[in-house]
Amino acid sequence: MSLNRFIPLMIFCVLSFALYVGLNLNPSDIPSALINDSIPEFDLPVVGGEEASFSSVDLTKEEGIILVNFFASWCVPCYVEQPFLMKLKERGYKIYGISYKDKARDTNKFLSKEGNPYYKVAADEKGRVGIDWGVYGVPETYIIKDGIIRYKHAGPILEMEFEDNFMPIIESIDQ
Amino acid sequence: MIVEIGHYALILACCLSLIQGTFPLYGATKNHGRLMAIASPAAYGQFFFAAIAFGALMYAFITSDFSVANVARNSHTLKPMLYKISAVWGNHEGSILFWTLILSLYGAMVAFFGRKLPKTLHARVLAIQALVGLGFYLFLLLTSNPFARIYPFPMEGNGLNPLLQDPGLAFHPPLLYMGYVGLSVTFSFAVGALIEGRVDAAWARWVRPWTLLAWCFLTAGITLGSWWAYYELGWGGWWFWDPVENASFMPWLIATALLHSAIVVEKRDTLKSWTILLAIIAFSFSLLGTFIVRSGVLTSVHAFATDPERGVFILMFLFIVIGGSLLLFALRADKLQPGGLFAPISRESMLIVNNLLLTVGAVVVLFGTLYPLLRDALTGDKITVGPPFFNLAFGLLMIPLFLVMGLGPSAHWKRTDLKGLSSRLSFVFIASLMAAGISFYMAGGTEIMAAVWLGLGFWLLLSTLFEWANRIKLFKTGTFKRMVRQPRASLGMSLGHLGMAIVVIGIAGTSFWNSEYQGIMAVGDKASIGGYDLTFKGVDGMIGPNYTAVKATFDVSKEGTQLKPLHPQARVYLTPPMPTTEAAILSSFKGDLFVVIGEANSEKYDTWAVRLYYKPLQSWLWAGVALMVLGGLISLSDRRFRMGNVKRGGKTNVA
Repeated sequence: MSLNRFIPLMIFCVLSFALYVGLNLNPSDIPSALINDSIPEFDLPVVGGEEASFSSVDLTKEEGIILVNFFASWCVPCYVEQPFLMKLKERGYKIYGISYKDKARDTNKFLSKEGNPYYKVAADEKGRVGIDWGVYGVPETYIIKDGIIRYKHAGPILEMEFEDNFMPIIESIDQ
Repeated sequence: MIVEIGHYALILACCLSLIQGTFPLYGATKNHGRLMAIASPAAYGQFFFAAIAFGALMYAFITSDFSVANVARNSHTLKPMLYKISAVWGNHEGSILFWTLILSLYGAMVAFFGRKLPKTLHARVLAIQALVGLGFYLFLLLTSNPFARIYPFPMEGNGLNPLLQDPGLAFHPPLLYMGYVGLSVTFSFAVGALIEGRVDAAWARWVRPWTLLAWCFLTAGITLGSWWAYYELGWGGWWFWDPVENASFMPWLIATALLHSAIVVEKRDTLKSWTILLAIIAFSFSLLGTFIVRSGVLTSVHAFATDPERGVFILMFLFIVIGGSLLLFALRADKLQPGGLFAPISRESMLIVNNLLLTVGAVVVLFGTLYPLLRDALTGDKITVGPPFFNLAFGLLMIPLFLVMGLGPSAHWKRTDLKGLSSRLSFVFIASLMAAGISFYMAGGTEIMAAVWLGLGFWLLLSTLFEWANRIKLFKTGTFKRMVRQPRASLGMSLGHLGMAIVVIGIAGTSFWNSEYQGIMAVGDKASIGGYDLTFKGVDGMIGPNYTAVKATFDVSKEGTQLKPLHPQARVYLTPPMPTTEAAILSSFKGDLFVVIGEANSEKYDTWAVRLYYKPLQSWLWAGVALMVLGGLISLSDRRFRMGNVKRGGKTNVA
């Protein structure tokens, strides 16, 4: 019996091991350089106005866990996400919204139509703050405690994502 | 009630597959006739019950029975009937059920057409086929029950991803699955032969039509998907090296190699263990493709159902099926005695080169597809391997392949005189160089690779025609008689190679000479591309059955002649809400004009983003593939392949 004949089998074993490892990774997990870092400094106005809405200092002063959600009226997944954010609001989560590269009129229309789950909304019309936060695309959601970014999620959050990815981190912070 | 009957039928089919997978296998080792005879009726029964299960699910979709969770998630009452039906296989559970149905259909076909096979081989092949099926039945029943009910049930369903609501895509999965699953038959034959310890010319002749059938479906299925991507995704590309495209392309490459190596086994009684290995690998790639799509291990536009638990199940199943058969191969392949010898320059050796290049090509694609995953697993880096890698690595491999492809059919079995071969083909070679040079110059090409690809295309075209002309002794008396009387398999080969040549020329044209225009247009604006002059005449709103759309009008003229206006659309579907583009395409022999309408200026709605593409020779690509499939079907109708005519150890030197 020649050992050469075992080569295909061996290659396959290596391959299936790699696939097994791969199965436990999440390809949509995008690492953030800012995890466990303090939030970048910013000061943003309310949507469509001059007066200040909130700044990095306001977020740092918050006592409990807060969520920061980047969204836009032009982003289709944001429409999908919105009903669940409303549920989160009912469950007592404090969500700060930052409308990303969006026009004031469109943002307001979006919020009045889809509901406003946010404690406060600020406008990042030029997307400068988004760049500092390392936003890949909207929607993106951050978990923040004491001004430190604890977790970042790219893409819409729905019930399942929230239970699987957010809850463990929120629980670990609470302890 | 009907849904429960479907569920029950699925369980019955599962039990039958267990019976079919065990008793005949045992019977074959003991040479027990009655146990082996169970296989055929069990195969028919399995197909019967799988068909009932599938029919029941289809009934639930057609009647929009939203108490079935699967229907509620994937259908909607407003959807046109065609998409209610195609939604049956447009989701995870349904597509696996569909896969299983086809698997059992092939089982029944083997049972029927293989009646003249040696009893033990027949029983073993059917048993292996049933064991593969058993895995899928268990997968369905344990992790992905398509008949699960929900309570309380919703009044309306979620709808199907609008991108998938397209006639091209309604038929893409069935064809592709016929191809994927068709390779299971070759696989069962290979494993059956390993257990028997016997591979000969007759075996190869039984295997070839099944491979050919699967290959035809696979070719058509992949192309239909590519065609869909071309006109539906709206950026004029037709191949993206997306993981799921790759997953269907790898089995195609291996099936193509298998098709050719089986010829060597049939005619020359050699390359046996290699052919067996290819048969196992081809089906392994089919299963791997399923795993990649269903497990969510790679991100892809196709991953519409991902669930790690199912991934673990499929991976275990893969491990048993592929690992088991490769182990069997390692232990038993030595029993296969090599037959005829051949010289380094001969048709056999060229077919080996073909096999090696195709296999290495499949490995390159596999590597490129899985590299991001491996890198992530080892270092945590996120990277993507893009088309540049595939185009370069895979493209380079194809150059020697196409060169040999032109030579092979003109070479003799056993030994070919290199001098004679090159003197016969040298003028074909020079003619193709000239043809490529002239067209390169006339089209105003700048990239050297464009000339290389054109040259390869012409070389393939002319050498294939030359071989065909030689074979029928064109211009000598009796040409017509010879042309009509030649074996269909040879004619199929010529057509297949000719189709490939046309595809290569088409790829050269559409990849190297395409042009593109992107801009903001207001009503009355003009643009020119690829010799066409377009005038934007404005937009109208329209309402479809389950979408609203803006329909634009472009007046098109070429060299002063007015042509039919084009109407690209930008649709927004209602359920689920999602925008899609419907490109307008004006196809011609010379090239495709491709018009896409994008978003409007959000303030005044008076200007629109417009993209125009000109894709030379795009239709050659589709025509070439059609010719390839036609060649495959003609070859399939060859008298030798009709099962009833096959006798073991019969005459092997036909054609």
